[in-house]
Amino acid sequence: MNHPPVTARALRRGGAEISASLPPLLAAAERLAQTVLPGLHGRRRAGQGDEFWQYRPATDSDELRHVDWRRSAKSDVNFIRQREWQLARTVMFWVDPGASMRYSSDKNTPEKSTRASILTLACAMLLQRGGERFGLIGATPSDDISAGSGDTQILRMTQALEALNTGEADDFASPDLRTLRPNTQLVILSDFLNDPKVFSQAIDQASAAGVTGLTLQILDPAEEAFPWQGRTIFESKSGALRHETLRAIDLRDRYLDRLNARKAQIRDHSTGAGWQHSCHHSDASAATALLWMYQALERRHL
Amino acid sequence: MITFGPLGFTTPLMLWALLILPVIWFLLRAVPPAPVRRIFPAVGLLLGLKDRDSQSDRTPWWLLLLRMMALACVIFGLSGPVLNPQIAREGDGPLLVVLDGSWASARDWQQRQSHVIEIINEAGRNARPVAVVSLTDLPVGDLTFTSADTARSQVAGFAPAPWQPDSDQFAQWATALSDQAFDSFWFSDGLAYDGRGDILDTLSDFGRVTVFEGARPVYGLEPVVFEDERLEFTVRRVANATASEVQINAIGPDPSGREVILGAGSANFVSGADTATMSLAMQPELRNRVQRFVIKDQATAGAVSLADDGLHRREIALISNANQEGLDLLDPLYYLRKALEPGADILTGEFGDILPASPDVIILADVADLPANDKKALTEWVEQGGLLLRFAGPRMAASDLSRDREDGLMPVRLRRGGRSLGGAMSWGDPKGLLPFDDTSPFYGLTIPDDVLVTSQVVAQPDPNLSDRVIAAVEDGIPLVTRKRLGQGRVVLFHTTANADWTSLPLSGLFVSMLERLSVSTRRTAAAPDALAGTTWAPDRVLDGFGRVHEAKDLAGVDGELLVQARPSRQTPPGLWRMEGQTIALNVMQTGQELATARWPAHVTVEGFEGAKETLLSGWFLLTALAFLLVDALATLALTGRLGLSGLKRTAAVMTMVAAVGFLTPSETVAQANISADQQAISVTSEVTFAHVLTGDDAVDNIAKAGLRGLARVLILRTSIEPALPVGVDVEQDELAFYPFLYWPISPVQPDLSDAAIARLNAYLRTGGMILFDTRDVGLASSNGPNQRKLRDLAGVLDIPALETVPQDHVLTRAFYLLQEFPGRHRSPNVWVEAAPARQEKIEGMPFRNLNDGVTPVVIGGNDWASAWAVTERGQYMLPVGRGRAGRQQREIALRFGVNLIMHVLTGNYKSDQVHVPELLQRLGN
Repeated sequence: MNHPPVTARALRRGGAEISASLPPLLAAAERLAQTVLPGLHGRRRAGQGDEFWQYRPATDSDELRHVDWRRSAKSDVNFIRQREWQLARTVMFWVDPGASMRYSSDKNTPEKSTRASILTLACAMLLQRGGERFGLIGATPSDDISAGSGDTQILRMTQALEALNTGEADDFASPDLRTLRPNTQLVILSDFLNDPKVFSQAIDQASAAGVTGLTLQILDPAEEAFPWQGRTIFESKSGALRHETLRAIDLRDRYLDRLNARKAQIRDHSTGAGWQHSCHHSDASAATALLWMYQALERRHL
Repeated sequence: MITFGPLGFTTPLMLWALLILPVIWFLLRAVPPAPVRRIFPAVGLLLGLKDRDSQSDRTPWWLLLLRMMALACVIFGLSGPVLNPQIAREGDGPLLVVLDGSWASARDWQQRQSHVIEIINEAGRNARPVAVVSLTDLPVGDLTFTSADTARSQVAGFAPAPWQPDSDQFAQWATALSDQAFDSFWFSDGLAYDGRGDILDTLSDFGRVTVFEGARPVYGLEPVVFEDERLEFTVRRVANATASEVQINAIGPDPSGREVILGAGSANFVSGADTATMSLAMQPELRNRVQRFVIKDQATAGAVSLADDGLHRREIALISNANQEGLDLLDPLYYLRKALEPGADILTGEFGDILPASPDVIILADVADLPANDKKALTEWVEQGGLLLRFAGPRMAASDLSRDREDGLMPVRLRRGGRSLGGAMSWGDPKGLLPFDDTSPFYGLTIPDDVLVTSQVVAQPDPNLSDRVIAAVEDGIPLVTRKRLGQGRVVLFHTTANADWTSLPLSGLFVSMLERLSVSTRRTAAAPDALAGTTWAPDRVLDGFGRVHEAKDLAGVDGELLVQARPSRQTPPGLWRMEGQTIALNVMQTGQELATARWPAHVTVEGFEGAKETLLSGWFLLTALAFLLVDALATLALTGRLGLSGLKRTAAVMTMVAAVGFLTPSETVAQANISADQQAISVTSEVTFAHVLTGDDAVDNIAKAGLRGLARVLILRTSIEPALPVGVDVEQDELAFYPFLYWPISPVQPDLSDAAIARLNAYLRTGGMILFDTRDVGLASSNGPNQRKLRDLAGVLDIPALETVPQDHVLTRAFYLLQEFPGRHRSPNVWVEAAPARQEKIEGMPFRNLNDGVTPVVIGGNDWASAWAVTERGQYMLPVGRGRAGRQQREIALRFGVNLIMHVLTGNYKSDQVHVPELLQRLGN
C-alpha cells in the first residue's frame, strides 16, 4: 500500500475541503457555571469578553486604567465597564497513533490513520470557526498540544498529526489521558483493535474527570469483509503478531463474530458512559463521519 | 530407438524417468501450497482460531494430475519422440544414388528429390561418401564420391529426361568403374523397360542394391490417330485395380496466339484394365490448330502427344482454265485431285473467292497468265508463305509467259514451244528421270522405270537455273524447278498434271513428290524409305515434365532413322521439321504397353511416399509449458491471489497467449476467411495499388513498403490519395480492383496456372497495368535468373510489342518532366508498349501525336520499390546511390512513380494537350 507521504499541506487541504460545506459549529454551553475558561458564549456575569455586560461603580481595588471615563463623566462616581464573561468550549482529540491504523487494503482506500487525521482537522476547523478551543492529546504527554484556537493551532495540530502518521510506532497504542483537563470534550478516533480494556479504562478515567466525548471507530473495509480464502499468514503491521491458517475462508465467520463482539463492546461501553459512538469505514465518505462528529458534539451541549 | 506403432523414441532411456512420477505425486500431495503473507491489523482477533479441517493443505487431485501430465510431457519430449520414424539404413562405404531420370519419374519428381536428400543426409550422418547419377544423363568420365553436402547441392540439378534409360550406355559407363565397391540406392520410375535387369545385375556386382519406388499411377498417351473424321486416343497405364477417369485436353493457340484448351474429353479405365480409349470429334479449323494433346494433371512427357501433319489437313486450291466439258481423264486436275483428296481439303473456284480462304497451297494447272490484280494478290500470298505449284501444259507452252523476262510467279524463264520426245515427229525416245540430287527435296525417292516424259516446257539457261532445278529428265533438262519468293515458294512442274505429256501422274512417285513438297501430308506413319535422304531438324522438344521448349542447337536427323527412332538423347521427343512438314516423335509409341518393373526377390524394394518423419519433442514440450501455465493460474486461484478482476485480466492474457500461440501461423487462413465481398469493398472504396506476392518474403515486404512510400509521395504532392497497398496472389485474388500492379520478379515464384494466366490477360486487356521489375538493372545482354523468370512469366501473357520508352512518351511528362526512370539502379532499359507504326512527328510539334492507349506493361530492372520503400514511420528503408546524387536519384525515382501512376489513372490526357495551342487559336478566332 504505497501512499504518497502525508504532508502537512495535504492534510490541511483535505480538512479544509470537507469542512467547507458545514455551518459553523455552535457548541452549546453546558455546565456554564462551572466553566473555568472564558468562551464566546455569554456567561451572564461579568468577566472576560467582548460583549458589554454592565457598568459598576469603581471600588478602591480597581485599577484606574479600568475606569470607563466616558460613563464616569456623566455622574460623580467612577464606573467600571464590565464585559460579559464568555466561554469557549474545549474539545480534545485523541488520534490512535498505533501502527495498526496505518493500513489500507486497497490503493483507492486511504489508510485509517489518514482518514482519522483528516476528520480531526476538519472537525478542528469547524470548531475554530465556531470560536471553540481544541487540542490534541499526543502519544506521550510531551506531545500534547494544549487547547487553543486560531490558524496557528490548526497548523500545529496538522504538524502533530503528520508526525503521528510517519514516526515509528507499535502496533497498538493506548490513550494517555493524564494531561486531560476537566470540563473538556474528548474525541477518540481509533480502530479499537487494541485490547478493549485499555479503552474502557480511558473512557472511565475521562468520565471520572467530568469529560464527555465521542468514540469513532475507523475500520478498513477488508477488516469487515475478510475476503481471503487460501493458505495465509496474517501479520500485524509491525510483524509482532502473526497467525497462520490453511484455509482463510474457514475463519471468516468466526472472525466476523469476534469483530462484531468487539464493536459491540466498545459501543456499549461508550454509550454506557454517556459518550457517543459510531463506526466509520475508511472507504466511506469522510463528510458523513464529520457530520456525525459535528452533530454529536453539538448534541451534547444542547 | 524403440518404437510403439507409429511412434518412436530416439532416447528411450529417458522414459525411465516416468518412474519418478509416483514419487513426485506423493511429495506434491504432502506439501501444501505456499502461504500468502498478508498484513492484517485485526490479526489480534484471529489469534487462537483453529482451522476446522486440514483438507486444504493438500494440493487438489486435479492440480496434481495437471502437474503430473506436464512432467510426463517434459519426459516424453526429452526422450525424442518421432512420429513415423524412418528405419535407419545402416551401412558404410560409398553410396551411389541412382535415379532412373526417365519421363515416368517426372510424376513425383519433387518427392523423389526430397527423398534423395533425406537419403543423402542419412549418409552424411553415417559419414558415407555419396554420388548421384541419373541413368538418362550419365556423367562423363569417372564416378567420384563426394561428401553428402556436395552431393546434396547436386540433386537439384537433375531433371527427368523424356526418354528411358539405355542399358547399353550404362554398361559401357559401368565398365569404367570396374574396381570400385559401393552400395546402390536406385530410385526406379516403376516401369519395366528393356535392359532394366542388366542394369540391376551390373549394380549388384558393385554391392547391395536397394530400390525405391513411388506409388503414384503412371499414364501414357499413345500418338493420336485420325480416323473417320474423329481423333482416336489410346491411354495406357500400369494396370492397377481401381477404375479411374483421365481427362485429355487438346491444346493449341486461339486466334490471338495464346495457348488455350481447344477441346477435351475423358477416357475411362475400367477396374484392372491397362488401356482406355476415347474418341473425339473436332472441327477441322480447331483440329488444325491443335499443337498437342495432354492428359490433364499428368506432368510427364509420356502424357503428351504432339500433333503433326497427320492431324493437320491442308487446304489446297486447284485452279485451271481448262474447258470443263472435257472428259474427266483429260482434266488437268483429275490426277491431282485423286492424289490429294485423301489428305487435304480441296478448294475450287474463282481466284477472288479462293484467296480470302487463305489456302496452304494453290495449284495452277496449265494456267498461262493471270489478270494483273489477281497476280498481285497471288504474289502477296506467296510472299507471306504460300506454296504456289504450277504445272505446264499446252497453254503455257503456247503463251509468252516468262519468255523474255522471268515472271514473278515462275521459277525460270521458258523457251518458246517446249519439246516433244518419242513422238512421230521427234528424234528421241521418251525419257526417264535422273536420280535426284542430294540438294533436292526429292532426294532418296526411288524412281520407277515406267515414269517417262514425252513432252515438256524447257527452261532458258540462266545463271541461277542450276540452283532452282530440283528434278531433271535423263538428258539433264530441268523437269521441276523451284524458287523462293518472300517466305513462300513457287514450284513449276515442266510437264502436265495429267497423263498427256508424261506418265508421272500415274505413278506413286508423283504422290511422294507432292508429299515432299508438303503439298499433301501423309495419313499414317510414313514408310522409312519414303523419308530416306531427308534431314529433319527438331523444332520443338519436350522435357521430362511434358513441357514444350524451343529446340535450340540440336543436330538434324535423317528421316529414315527418325521414323524408326525411339526417344533418346540424339532424337529427343518433339516436333521435327523439314521444309513445311512436321513429324512428331512422341514418348509413347503406338502399341507400347506400360508394365510395372519386376524385381528379383533378393532386391529390397522400398516406397518413399510413406508418412513423413515428424519430430514431436517440440509439441510435447509446448504442451508441458501450457500445462504449467494453467497450473500457475490454478495455483493462484487456489491461494486466493487471483481475484475476480484478476480472473478477467488473466482471461485476457490467456486469450492473448492463445492468439499469439495458435493463431499467428494461420494468419493466411484468417485472411482467406475474410469474406471476399468485404475485401472487395475495402479495396475499391479507395484507389488501391497492389503488388504481386512472389513467395519471397523479403521481396514482398520491400514491394509493399515501396508502394507505401509511393502512396505517401502521391498524397503529399498530387490529388491522388491511395489507400495502403495490398499484396495479391495472382492465383487466387481478383485483380480487377487494382488499377496498378507492381510485380517484382523473384526466381522462387511458382509458374502461373492456366486460370492465373487467363485472369492476368483479362486484367491487361481491360486496362490494368503491370510494372514488371527484374530488380537486376535489366542489362539487355544479361541472362540472370530474374530475367529468365520474367521471360517464363511474361511469355504466356498477352503482352504487345515493346520498345524502350521513347523520348516523347507520355511517361516523360505525365506529371513531372523526366528524361530517365531510375530506381535503385539507373538503367535506361525501360520497356513500354511500342507506339503504332507510321506515326511521324509533325513539324513544329514537340511530340508525336500518340493519343491512344495506356501501355499495359512497363518492364525494367531498376528496382523501383527499393528506392520508394519507407518504413511505417516514414524512413527510407534502403540507401540509394551516395550523398547528394543519391538523394537526387531517389527523388527522380519517386517522380517516375508519380508519373507512372498518373499515366495509369489519367491515361494519355497529357498527350492530348498537344492540341491545346490549336484549340486556343480557334477560340481566339
